[in-house]
Amino acid sequence: MADLADLTIAAAGVGLRAGEFTAVELLEAVTRRASVTEAHLHAFLTLDQDGALASAEAADAALARGEDLGPLQGIPLAVKDNMCTQGIETTCGSQILAGYRPPYDATAVRRLREAGAVIVGKTNLDEYAMGSSTENSAFGPTRNPWDTDRVPGGSSGGSAAAVAVGSALGALGSDTGGSIRQPAALCGIVGMKPTYGLVSRYGLVAFASSLDQIGPFGRTVGDTAVLLDGILGFDPHDATSYRGEMPTVAGSIGVGVAGLRIGVVAELLDKGIAPEVAAATRGMLDQLAAAGAKIVDVSLPAADYGLSAYYLIAPAECSANLARFDGVRYGLRVDGGTTEEMMANSRAAGFGPEVTRRILLGTYALSAGYHDAFYGQAQRVRTLIRRDFGAAYEQVDVLISPTTPTTAFGLGEKTDDPLTMYLSDVCTILSNLSGDPGISLPIGLDSTGLPIGFQVMAPALGEEMLIRVAAEVERLAGFRERPALATSEVAST
Amino acid sequence: MPVDIDIAKVAKLARVALAAEDLELYGRQLGDILEHAELVQSLPTEGVPPTSHPLPMTNSFRPDVVTPSLDRDDVLSQAPDHEDGYFRVPRILDGGEVPADG
Repeated sequence: MADLADLTIAAAGVGLRAGEFTAVELLEAVTRRASVTEAHLHAFLTLDQDGALASAEAADAALARGEDLGPLQGIPLAVKDNMCTQGIETTCGSQILAGYRPPYDATAVRRLREAGAVIVGKTNLDEYAMGSSTENSAFGPTRNPWDTDRVPGGSSGGSAAAVAVGSALGALGSDTGGSIRQPAALCGIVGMKPTYGLVSRYGLVAFASSLDQIGPFGRTVGDTAVLLDGILGFDPHDATSYRGEMPTVAGSIGVGVAGLRIGVVAELLDKGIAPEVAAATRGMLDQLAAAGAKIVDVSLPAADYGLSAYYLIAPAECSANLARFDGVRYGLRVDGGTTEEMMANSRAAGFGPEVTRRILLGTYALSAGYHDAFYGQAQRVRTLIRRDFGAAYEQVDVLISPTTPTTAFGLGEKTDDPLTMYLSDVCTILSNLSGDPGISLPIGLDSTGLPIGFQVMAPALGEEMLIRVAAEVERLAGFRERPALATSEVAST
Repeated sequence: MPVDIDIAKVAKLARVALAAEDLELYGRQLGDILEHAELVQSLPTEGVPPTSHPLPMTNSFRPDVVTPSLDRDDVLSQAPDHEDGYFRVPRILDGGEVPADG
């Protein structure tokens, strides 16, 4: 039998119910995989072996009693370390939270547990999810499973790398400017940012509250949809949580794209996109056209301002959100003569350079006299971007673009220049500003063997259409490649 | 737009105790980023309302019913210092305002 760590969530669910293997055996397979790959990748910050075993045993016992909790029961999953897990260290990749054990589970994590999932551990990230390479983690970078001299993307790089090699069958990440979709693209898996408000942010350590959204990683579009279905829903603990009817994604796979209108965002396909990435994107458009879709050129004029607006809104909101890390209620405290000195000393010692940079930038942008010129103006630009999207969606059902301008870049290549690093989010950031859903999936490898990501975007609450188109792209691309680290020869040594 | 950022003042407002050389570096980097960010100033936005939530939502109310909250001991167990059910911090004020038994 093939290694269980290479199963999709869908196949694992079938095997569990057919009695071919147990949830404990499935957990042992991914743990064995992690024991080989972690030395190369550092995808995890914490592995909860005891808790995972207890959950797997509980899933086996429940299934034996005939208690079927659905497709996530007994499935080993990983969770980004900026989501609270009761009693399990939650660091946000920051020294200031080292050793913090939350007294509660984030709602998304609780929903996974209630669905019978097995949480194997907490994955590495750029500190407080601020970054695009997972190099900003205070506990060392995660590496790309396709080439360990390259970055996995970020900020959810640990979750993406773990799913790519099979040390979890799926994972949760958070996406504020592309932090799920960009690492999914760079690691050759599927990653999705749902509509803002669809998944509760309760227990997600806040970075930029008007942009943050939790979402799933899977190796297939189907697995990603199943995970989304498991975590979405109204939550009274999150005041921005959506109360209306939730999208249903089951049944949107295999429908095809015949008759759909697919818009190509001109601003995201020409300037600054690597030739091989642009060529692969155009190649997929030809295939979609051959499959019956109508391809329409679309312009989002305000898109060129997205990155600038983002780098005012995100730091401004982060500077307010991260005020709570002050050495009083949790985390690191460095003494000082007064409470104010203690706070300033604790924060200087606990925050890394990128977080400090954004806190300072946000503090400046919100300070007296500049608030309206920076934050206010950026929020108005956000409205213009949303209007552009609205006009585009009057002509088309979905929009597409590359997920990232390039495939995975080298470790250390962009760490000295924050602005260059920020540019790697140029294609993904717009969906956060507009609040709409987006998904990235692999459509091929470039000439150096690195995965190329393809992004599909849909209007708010348009997850059903998003999954429908993504599933057809997946079928047309026929992407089956796995990183060498995940092949059984390496994994079984 | 401001050309000079008083980075020491910003750091004080942000409650981050930074060394002089770090202040200089961050000040320079902030200038670069803000120069890029100023691109948004060039878009005319008169009469455009700001966006903070993409879905049409206003106030989010819940029934005024008491529900269980987190256990106090669990919460305090994560604090750097606590006493008698409270978070404990150094003195708030400089000088001798705090009574000897405080």
